[in-house]
Amino acid sequence: MSEATGFYAKAPRNAEVAARFVELHPPFVAAAAVAEAHRCLNCFDAPCMGACPTHIDVPRFIKKIATGNLEGSARTILEANILGASCARACPVEVLCEGACVLHREGKRPIEIGRLQRFAMDALDSMQDAGAALPFVPGEDTGRKVALVGAGPASLACAAELRRRGVRAVVFDARPLPGGLNTYGVAEYKLPLLESLREIDRLCALGVEFVLETTVDAVKLAELEREYDAVFLGVGLGAIRKLGLAAEEHESVTNALDFIAGYKSGAIATVAETVAVVGAGNTAIDAAIAAVRLGAREVTMVYRRGPEQMSAFAFEYEHARLEGVRFLWHTPAERAFELGCGLVVLAVGQGTHTEFVAPMRLEMEDGRIVVERATGRTSHAKVYAGGDCVNGGREVVDAVADGKRAGVAMAQALGVGR
Amino acid sequence: MNSPTLQTTFAGIECLNPFWLASAPPSNCGEQVMRAFDAGWGGAVWKTIGEPIVNVSSRYSSVDWNGQRMMGLNNIELISDRPIETNLREIAEVKRRYPKHVVIASLMVESKREAWHAMVRRAEDAGADGLELNFGCPHGMSERGMGSAVGQVPEYCERITGWVKEQARTPVIVKLTPNIGDIRLPARAAKRGGADALSAINTINSITGIDLDTLEPRPNVGGKSSHGGYCGPAVKPIALNMVQQVNADFVDGAPLPMSGIGGIATWQDAAEFILLGAGTVQVCTAAMHYGYRIVEDMGDGLLAWMRSKGYASLDDFRGLSLPKVTEWKHLDLNFRVVAEIHADKCIGCQLCYTACWDGAHQCIHLDRASGGMDVRPAGTDPRTTHHGANPQGKPTPAEVFAASVKTISVTPIPKLDGLQASTATPLERIPRVDEDECVGCNLCSLVCPVPECISMERRETGLPPESWEQRVAKGKVAEEVAVTGNPNL
Repeated sequence: MSEATGFYAKAPRNAEVAARFVELHPPFVAAAAVAEAHRCLNCFDAPCMGACPTHIDVPRFIKKIATGNLEGSARTILEANILGASCARACPVEVLCEGACVLHREGKRPIEIGRLQRFAMDALDSMQDAGAALPFVPGEDTGRKVALVGAGPASLACAAELRRRGVRAVVFDARPLPGGLNTYGVAEYKLPLLESLREIDRLCALGVEFVLETTVDAVKLAELEREYDAVFLGVGLGAIRKLGLAAEEHESVTNALDFIAGYKSGAIATVAETVAVVGAGNTAIDAAIAAVRLGAREVTMVYRRGPEQMSAFAFEYEHARLEGVRFLWHTPAERAFELGCGLVVLAVGQGTHTEFVAPMRLEMEDGRIVVERATGRTSHAKVYAGGDCVNGGREVVDAVADGKRAGVAMAQALGVGR
Repeated sequence: MNSPTLQTTFAGIECLNPFWLASAPPSNCGEQVMRAFDAGWGGAVWKTIGEPIVNVSSRYSSVDWNGQRMMGLNNIELISDRPIETNLREIAEVKRRYPKHVVIASLMVESKREAWHAMVRRAEDAGADGLELNFGCPHGMSERGMGSAVGQVPEYCERITGWVKEQARTPVIVKLTPNIGDIRLPARAAKRGGADALSAINTINSITGIDLDTLEPRPNVGGKSSHGGYCGPAVKPIALNMVQQVNADFVDGAPLPMSGIGGIATWQDAAEFILLGAGTVQVCTAAMHYGYRIVEDMGDGLLAWMRSKGYASLDDFRGLSLPKVTEWKHLDLNFRVVAEIHADKCIGCQLCYTACWDGAHQCIHLDRASGGMDVRPAGTDPRTTHHGANPQGKPTPAEVFAASVKTISVTPIPKLDGLQASTATPLERIPRVDEDECVGCNLCSLVCPVPECISMERRETGLPPESWEQRVAKGKVAEEVAVTGNPNL
């Protein structure tokens, strides 16, 4: 499966979608990035670093931008977070690094860490496009191999740690492209599909192998467990939950994940005049804004409770309001089907996708795989897990942190860690 | 109280205010000087007049610092490249149109008596209010035996000043070079030569930097450069020290009036020079950076400060800080301050912590949340009660950092985590000062980004003031030598 590389070059490009989903946070020009980098106080044991689940040494990479050492800046980011490029765009920095910035307490704007991180990662892309080598190399081959199920952020981060330690990392995924939600699920105006793939190409260069369009079921999983030294489960969550209503079986009803993956991969380019979105989480917001960007005249979010109970971040809610999305609070889901909308998008939370691991008899809790936090080890000595299937659905960066810890621990367990 | 005034008299020259343009590109021609006067400058020292030269291209280079442009400026420009008669004609024109503004002719000619006599006569005939002898230019002209080649040799300085004084009818100001071991020596020489006033400092020899692509120094003249004269904010502390040294020097009688120069850009800078005895101040870099308009706030701000302090004129505060500068041997060894971190202002950057551990005395700890506040200071002074390094075995910065990167954090999701955003600095991030180990060095308060967050607090030692010199006089030091073998205690 060594031909599963060069995803960026081969990926579909859709000019119409690109035009409609102009990025929310435009990149810094160099002079502005340097000026912003100079604003950073260079805190000791910086709170931004502590707030980042992957503990990127933020002041260090920022000061390298200030000195013009962009390659070193990017390397600093990637050492802690191999998906530093997508996290720079997809992270809810308001509640993470930038939320923790000490400048808040002095009545100042926090450092724009997310945009600075993107600046460094973009610079690395340019250097690599110009022929520069990767800022890291795979470890010497140890003869060990690990299978990773699911090609989302958790598995990718785990695979990177394994490759750095000379372990073969083979990633299986049912979809035609790797990246999981990074590729198919993050709003295009935050993280374009192409950028997710460009980043994954770096993992290919590190020697991560991909086996795509391959569904891992119980039988396949048992085979992987036999043939590989260890298995990492980064399978994410399952499909969006159904409401159990007759109306939702209609062709004018879809779910947020399929809707978002559809427009990102180019399968969907238009949308009905009127759209109702059921739910009020971050994914529901992404779907509602996507409907607006795709040309819907009226987009309504229907939520059975009030704004206080909404699980979306406050800034996501604000963004949706600015895009013109209408909110119907304290409204039962059934009402969404009575609005006469051309499309109803369900976004009422995802179920789990762990039935196929049942024969392994892993310790589970509410459909989630139970792991030891510091290592990602499940109750099965050969099996590790991380990401949404463990944490119940958090951010890309949480999945990366899970995968990273698991990768380090697996290598150690295989006797090749450092 | 009446509104204070900036009017002053310098070496007999009446001045509308103490702000003069220094002899430099901003005072290159009459058109510029008149616009400067319109903007509010009280005087201008004309770009040095002498036999015209040909300049190189390029001429300036600068040092940027942390995103700020031109912390220091360097130049390899020579004196005026315009004919002497053009400069003098324009001086006459400026004085005719601005009779109350001060025009000082800066002069530099070859070291011959007749040459100086002729130049002085012509400048005064043009209407200059005074003369400034450029004995300071450190580049180019010095290779031809002028500028700092004169200023660095006290006897040349005295002799040429003497020649000028034979001829001059207006006050003669000698501009001193800082590129010398002891600036008081040329200052005394100028005084012996009959100078009416001094100005200091001229620019400092410098190479501002190397282009890391071409490996060529800046400013680049066809792939090569030459040392130039450094000025701007970076040189102010050096200038203040030299101005103080000259103004506190009574070896050859009372000090001469001093026109202070060196990195002055604001009213605060001007006030500091005047507090160290300057009569007027000269500005170049700031005007080159932002234009003549900067003088407005220099005057406005200085007047506001004078009002707040109750000073009616510059004379009311001129030199007031001079007695407060003394030799180290006179400082009170029994005076003690310690740092205090005010938790209510602390934002938790911990720059004081890392600075104290790596750059000072390892007396700031991150233990407020783990019992540190329960420790009562013993009241000992670490300058005399010496302990080993880190006597309480507190975690080092490397240990703190290593523990921190091992923590597991997740994206807070309000619904899942029930977290409330807090704007208060967590107690464990607010550093604490161990007073018994604090030597009172100030470093933490200097690195702290928050005004008034770290203050230096007086601690009574219970001992009367005593300087090192007094200890020596009392024979105490000799006793200490006997006990410790150390002659320096």
